Amino acid sequence: MWKAVRVGAAAVLAAALAVTAAGCGSEEPAAGDEKVTLSYAVWDKNQVPVMEELAAAFTKDHPNITINVQLTPWADYWTKLRAAVTGGAAPDVFWMNGPNIQLYADNGVIMPLADKVAEAKLDLGVYPKALVDLYTFEGKVYGLPKDFDTVGVWYNKELFDAAGVKYPADGWTWADFKAAAAKLTDPAKGVYAVGANLAGQEYYYNTIYQAGGNVISADGKKSGFDDPATIEGLRFWTDLIKNKQSPDLKTMTDTAPLQLFESGKLAMYWGGSWNVAEFGKNEYTKTRVDAAPLPAGVKQATIIHGLANVVSAKTKAPAQAWEFVKFLGSKPAAEILGKKGPIPAYTGTQDAWLAANSQFKGKVFLDAVAYAVPYPVSRNTAAWNDEEFKQLTKAYTGEVAVEAAAKELATQMNALLAKE
Amino acid sequence: MTATVTGTADDVRTAVPAPVPARRRRRWRHRGAEAAWAYLLIAPTGLGLAVFYLWPVVQTGYFSFTEWGPFGGHEWVGLDNYRTLAADDEVLTALRNTVTYTVLGLLGIPLAVLFAALLNRPRLRGVSAYRALFFLPVVTMPVAVAMVWRWLYNGDFGLINYLLSLVGVEGPHWIADPATALYAMVAVGIWTSLGYNIVIFLAGMQSIPREYYEAASIDGAGALAQFRRITLPLLSPSLFFVSVLSVIGSLQLFDLVYVMGGSGQAARANPAFPRIQTVVHLFYDKAFYTNDRGYAAAIVMALLVLIVILTAIQFRLQKRWVHYG
Repeated sequence: MWKAVRVGAAAVLAAALAVTAAGCGSEEPAAGDEKVTLSYAVWDKNQVPVMEELAAAFTKDHPNITINVQLTPWADYWTKLRAAVTGGAAPDVFWMNGPNIQLYADNGVIMPLADKVAEAKLDLGVYPKALVDLYTFEGKVYGLPKDFDTVGVWYNKELFDAAGVKYPADGWTWADFKAAAAKLTDPAKGVYAVGANLAGQEYYYNTIYQAGGNVISADGKKSGFDDPATIEGLRFWTDLIKNKQSPDLKTMTDTAPLQLFESGKLAMYWGGSWNVAEFGKNEYTKTRVDAAPLPAGVKQATIIHGLANVVSAKTKAPAQAWEFVKFLGSKPAAEILGKKGPIPAYTGTQDAWLAANSQFKGKVFLDAVAYAVPYPVSRNTAAWNDEEFKQLTKAYTGEVAVEAAAKELATQMNALLAKE
Repeated sequence: MTATVTGTADDVRTAVPAPVPARRRRRWRHRGAEAAWAYLLIAPTGLGLAVFYLWPVVQTGYFSFTEWGPFGGHEWVGLDNYRTLAADDEVLTALRNTVTYTVLGLLGIPLAVLFAALLNRPRLRGVSAYRALFFLPVVTMPVAVAMVWRWLYNGDFGLINYLLSLVGVEGPHWIADPATALYAMVAVGIWTSLGYNIVIFLAGMQSIPREYYEAASIDGAGALAQFRRITLPLLSPSLFFVSVLSVIGSLQLFDLVYVMGGSGQAARANPAFPRIQTVVHLFYDKAFYTNDRGYAAAIVMALLVLIVILTAIQFRLQKRWVHYG
């Protein structure tokens, strides 16, 4: 008899545990006028304050919707986002970039916004066409452009003065750059001309297009890495390392080029317009650095890219999330963004950005739009981006000749493109 | 495998399961009611283990036969992943690195025994302070440890190279140079685990009865002979326990490599990375960076088999050299 009671008690206990466990999983669905908290995932810590300001401005007009800005540093952003999407816990609204948009749209992870844009009678012509195209997949737009960026040369005036080199100016060329690099390098002081960072957007993509090469064919089907002009664009960097005018990969693994530049060890830093936030705040760079256009090779080129805000296809509050994205794409939001963040995408709001960053020649980055090349992407950009790093590391360390590495990369990339 | 830090001499001994006599099974039948209670009481732990350990293992086993889409969703591909695995240079390199780590990591054991013996000296002053110092790395978060060592190892601005420069030596880029990276990481690994191992050995040494040493010294045995003939044999259960944990820990090394060597893009731009990537890091990379989850599952299943085999070998060998009693 006791035994039965005991077993019964155990069963009740187990059942109770099971019920509690089940209770944890369910969440209230969000309805129209209920209070909703939207998560908004971003990766740039410099922009967190302005994102929070935008969120607050939005909540002021929509008291029922609060925004929770979630920062994940760039290095882990996509890894974490993919894991979150796979696990069904994607943020409601998040930053999207060029290399990832097609993958996310193609797999139904993000919501097409075309119908909502039409319904709200939004004019997409207020954003640069290159950006709207970047976020359009199979004829539907998936994100509202937030900002744009171009690449320029940030230089340390103090180091230029010390070496007696003229500051870079409009119309300077690869030859000018190389001559300056030779003079600026000072092994005794541990100063290098530039850090040949193994990165596409700010580094070798620019020189590839300047040399007249290409990363991917216009139809996105064929790799351009076996093009001799492309290889010249890569050699630009491997030569700098070889001539010890740039630190080698070992040094840059230990200390990132940005840190080297901010401690006066690099005379030049190829960076984006987004760096104004960092350099304007850093005690060292605040007064010592300025921006110049990229040097021209066979032609002038800079990579243009911009972010967009997208809505998760699985969000529990699609109406509210769209409302927020619409606000982020609006002129008032662009004006707030321009004052404290990157160059806003909304045409006509860029003056706020220029005024807010008047200590630097910010116009360099706006002028660059005239000759800018869109960031190269395909349906699964990340796959061949990964191959770029694997193959080019060998060229940068000098383990493999740059032609051989580039050709191998082209072969691997074409194989990946064929699978898309 | 989780190593709990409750190392007393008794724990160490019970950590090694005694052979189960066949008789016991019959006895259990008579204890039905008590057994029901026993099961009920271990149910929370048992359930936890089943849900959070066993079930994921089974699932991973299943996933190792599948291919994943970029955002979940998978299809059965049979042995494809294992076929790729067998021919994958990257896996082979990671495996070689992991084995090197494991073997070099074992060097930490004699070191720990030595320190434990020194700390066990009866009239050592400030012994608690020393013990606390040695144990400090164990209670520090691995990521913090790795971060600090990363700075120490920095080729241009690190403390180690600065000290070397004072004596006129130009130190390498410790963790970015293929020639040194692996050893630099092994050193940190040994340093971190030293404290834990010392505690186990200290406990083991203190459970050895004093009388043995007294008898030995009456018979004229010196300190070294006592250490060899009494301490080492009686310490063998602790040695066995530590070596099993050390091997498993090394085979599963991840955090040090992740923080010091980088991950994803940063790892690929680190020229030393192919020399330090471990199997678990490769698994992480495949599962979460390149999103090849099925293949990643196959990699850890292979690692699981390796761990089981190595641990089984260790348990077999223990009969030859471990003395209980």
